Amino acid sequence: MSTTLLVTIAFVLFVLVVFQLARTTEYISLLRGEERAQEDADKMNGLLFLLFLIIGGGAMVWSLFHYKQYMVLQAATVHGQWLDSMFMVTLLFTGIVFVITQIMLFYFAWKYKHTKGRKALYYPENNKLEMWWTVIPAIVLTTLVIIGIYRWFQITGPEPKDSMVVEITGQQFLWNYRYPGNDDKLGNYEFKYITAVNKVGLDFNDPAAKDDYMATEMHVVVNKPVLLRIRSKDVIHDVGIPYFRVKMDAVPGLVTRFWFIPTVTTEEMRKKTGNPDFNYEIACDQLCGKGHYGMKGIVVVETQAEFDAWKAKQPSFYESSVKGTDEEKHFAELTEQLKAEKEKEASKGHHE
Amino acid sequence: MSSEVSNPVVQPVFTGDSTHHQDSEGEIHENGHHEHHKEYFFTKYVFSQDHKTIGKQFLITGIFWAFVGGLLSVIFRFQLGFPNQAFPFLETLFGKWAPGGIISPEFYYMLVTMHGTILVFFVLTAGLSGTFANLLIPLQCGARDMASPFLNMLSYWFFFAASCVMLTSFFLPEGAADVGWTFYPPLSGVKESAPGAGLGADFWLIGMALFIFSSLLGGLNYITTVLNLRTKGMSMNRLPLTVWALLITAILGLISFPVLLGAAILLLFDRNLGTSFYLDKIFINGHPLDHAGGNAILYQHLFWFLGHPEVYIIILPAFGLVSEVLANHARKPIFGYRAMILSMLAIAILAFIVWAHHMFVTGLNPFVASVFVLLTLLIAVPSAVKVFNWIATIWQGNLRFTPAMLFCVGFVSLFISGGLTGIFLGNSALDIPLHDTYFVIAHFHIVMGVSAFFGMLAGVYQWFPKMFGRFMNNTLGYIHFWITFVGAYMIFWPMHYMGLTGVPRRYYSFDAFQSFNMFGDLNKFITIAAMLVFFAQLLFILNFFYSMFKGRKVTDPNPWKSNSLEWTTKINPGHGNWDGPLPTVYRWPYDYSKNGDEFIPQTVPYKPGEEKLHH
Repeated sequence: MSTTLLVTIAFVLFVLVVFQLARTTEYISLLRGEERAQEDADKMNGLLFLLFLIIGGGAMVWSLFHYKQYMVLQAATVHGQWLDSMFMVTLLFTGIVFVITQIMLFYFAWKYKHTKGRKALYYPENNKLEMWWTVIPAIVLTTLVIIGIYRWFQITGPEPKDSMVVEITGQQFLWNYRYPGNDDKLGNYEFKYITAVNKVGLDFNDPAAKDDYMATEMHVVVNKPVLLRIRSKDVIHDVGIPYFRVKMDAVPGLVTRFWFIPTVTTEEMRKKTGNPDFNYEIACDQLCGKGHYGMKGIVVVETQAEFDAWKAKQPSFYESSVKGTDEEKHFAELTEQLKAEKEKEASKGHHE
Repeated sequence: MSSEVSNPVVQPVFTGDSTHHQDSEGEIHENGHHEHHKEYFFTKYVFSQDHKTIGKQFLITGIFWAFVGGLLSVIFRFQLGFPNQAFPFLETLFGKWAPGGIISPEFYYMLVTMHGTILVFFVLTAGLSGTFANLLIPLQCGARDMASPFLNMLSYWFFFAASCVMLTSFFLPEGAADVGWTFYPPLSGVKESAPGAGLGADFWLIGMALFIFSSLLGGLNYITTVLNLRTKGMSMNRLPLTVWALLITAILGLISFPVLLGAAILLLFDRNLGTSFYLDKIFINGHPLDHAGGNAILYQHLFWFLGHPEVYIIILPAFGLVSEVLANHARKPIFGYRAMILSMLAIAILAFIVWAHHMFVTGLNPFVASVFVLLTLLIAVPSAVKVFNWIATIWQGNLRFTPAMLFCVGFVSLFISGGLTGIFLGNSALDIPLHDTYFVIAHFHIVMGVSAFFGMLAGVYQWFPKMFGRFMNNTLGYIHFWITFVGAYMIFWPMHYMGLTGVPRRYYSFDAFQSFNMFGDLNKFITIAAMLVFFAQLLFILNFFYSMFKGRKVTDPNPWKSNSLEWTTKINPGHGNWDGPLPTVYRWPYDYSKNGDEFIPQTVPYKPGEEKLHH
């Protein structure tokens, strides 16, 4: 409490000191004449702009190289690498414009600061010049649009036929993963079947749902296309996997999709990064409530053999967690309830 | 007509040119009687219908909100810069929201939500447009007041009511809204989804509805005034760019804000009346909801149909203010006046057809997204034209670095930096890795947040003498500019690096992720820079209020040697602006350094043989 008070007092005093100093300098400059004062200010600020250009530019270059170590410059998916090179192309174009315009701006600010006796140039327009700086950006941007849309359609297009399917369902504040069983088919679901056990609302009346299995981590096979079917139970979440350049919202009531081909196994990445605990992480990228920042998932990229071995150990969700338990009775009740609801709904429509 | 002739004070204004007609009735009334009006405290300072007073009311309320909004960001930066470190004074101040001196996640999300809402709507929309449209449109068009001074007054008081509702929401037991300023349902649509999705969210929606009324009443007035009340000779192509910018801003707001009102009302229905516009198949807190058949994405379309034009509602006035101040202090005509207007019009039209670029990763149809990519990147062309024109304006100028001018140069630099990163984000494919990361935060804070602030501050420094008849303290102005300018880059530049690493926005803590937890030092650096910049704004506020009463008095009615009409009034103009007849305009407002004259006000007729430049 007393430190709080001291800090506050010190802060207020500091503000007052700066304020008084500024008032005094203002009086002094007035005594010396308004015009003189403005001339000094022009000189000083012009110089400061030039200094800002030089020091700021230096700091920018330094920081870029310093923070490069943290950036994942090569994505661990096929499309991610396309995006990385597209990023570099965009950076090149925008970087050139950035450097030229900032240098011109601050150099001119310094060069053309007010000098007594010099006249500004009356130069209201130049149609030719304006035409050029409309056309050139238009051409550059068209190039970027073409590259972008070409890649976009590749990424969002239909998934390859041999893709494996994983369903990922978001809820406050965790991810559920569901895999099809040996029939390679994800069974039906219904949100009204959701319980504490049956977390994604599997419909066991559908035979295809009976061999589906649930996992606590997402396992995928290296160099094999993966199709994510993305759902949410409650609010909007977002499946973001930074190393894969994957991001797609999970929207309640809808199924969204994203496919990718992982190219580096978790094991290889551990060696590459020198971090034995490395994991590919899924982060929720859409604000979903107070636990948003902790909504993490793990993706394990492994070889086909490792995946098969893992899969063999995953029991069907129905067999392991529902069959013969109270949950099965509860599910039967929910089925009846839903059926009754539907009949009621149908008869309502009939009478109208 | 006859009454006009019978009043000798009034200059004959009808020239047969219908575009320049004006409200002669009002004028006669003002001229004949305003000396006898008794001005009571309430009618002069509180329920005033004088556009200048209303402008000041918007400005001062805007400054209050900027202080609150900025303070909120400093508080949540504490958590990001010094995670899990106890600051006992936070508990002293905020009690249960910062138990043990550590900000709680609920409080954090409340702070970020309200920070965004306040700065986007209450400061950079109402505080910026409200202030300068009110102050400058009548003065620079040569009108006695707004078309409807009464609606204009209502516009402020609706804003005041909206402010009261928003401010009250902070003191609710569950706190203010905490679902993000974009207010996406179902998080905002289901009361049990978050602590601040309860009463706080209802307050937010009602506050926003009132705010939209305010914005519409103001906008109607601005448009009508510019179109109908320009003085004789003030054709559209002689208007200062400030007025052009504010006119286009008002049109954007008038078309887009009603859509947000609709979205907000439907959301209120979903929350309180059991409808399902945005809700479908939701299982939350252990039970399914009855809501079915709605679509959460619908809200996003409606929201961004306003939300994207809103970005230009914020930045266009800054374009106008900067163009005006830059030309004035460069002592040069603005380069490419017509290109400046055309580019603003192009931006305004495109602003309506790019909204879905905020939604590239919501599962939007890929073809639809590709159309939005094309339109979005197109908008970079007029923006680039503007930047080149500003740089060409200072080239070969004779730059007077008043604080207002410094903020203009800073604005151009920031607008370049923030605008270029938009080219990354607008390209849907590149948006995938960058969406909802710190790269986005860096982009929109630089290009729209800080830039618009710089435009606004340039405007305040420039027109303070007109508002209060006094100057602000220059030395404090210089200190304010340099800390803010350098500080803004220190805060937001490094965020690009975090974004490129994939660090998501709206994270209370990065502890859980090894992909994101290496930026501890950088976050500390950003927090300290943010505190420094906040401190500089306190100096500005001090300077503002001190100078209002004690600043150096203005002695020259045209202290910046400017060409536009507001400087042809008295130093402290009364209601009605000009004592005598309204000024007549003969030329555009940018004849600086022409034929050896440093400046030629708009009221000076062309000399025989003078080059006319289509204006």
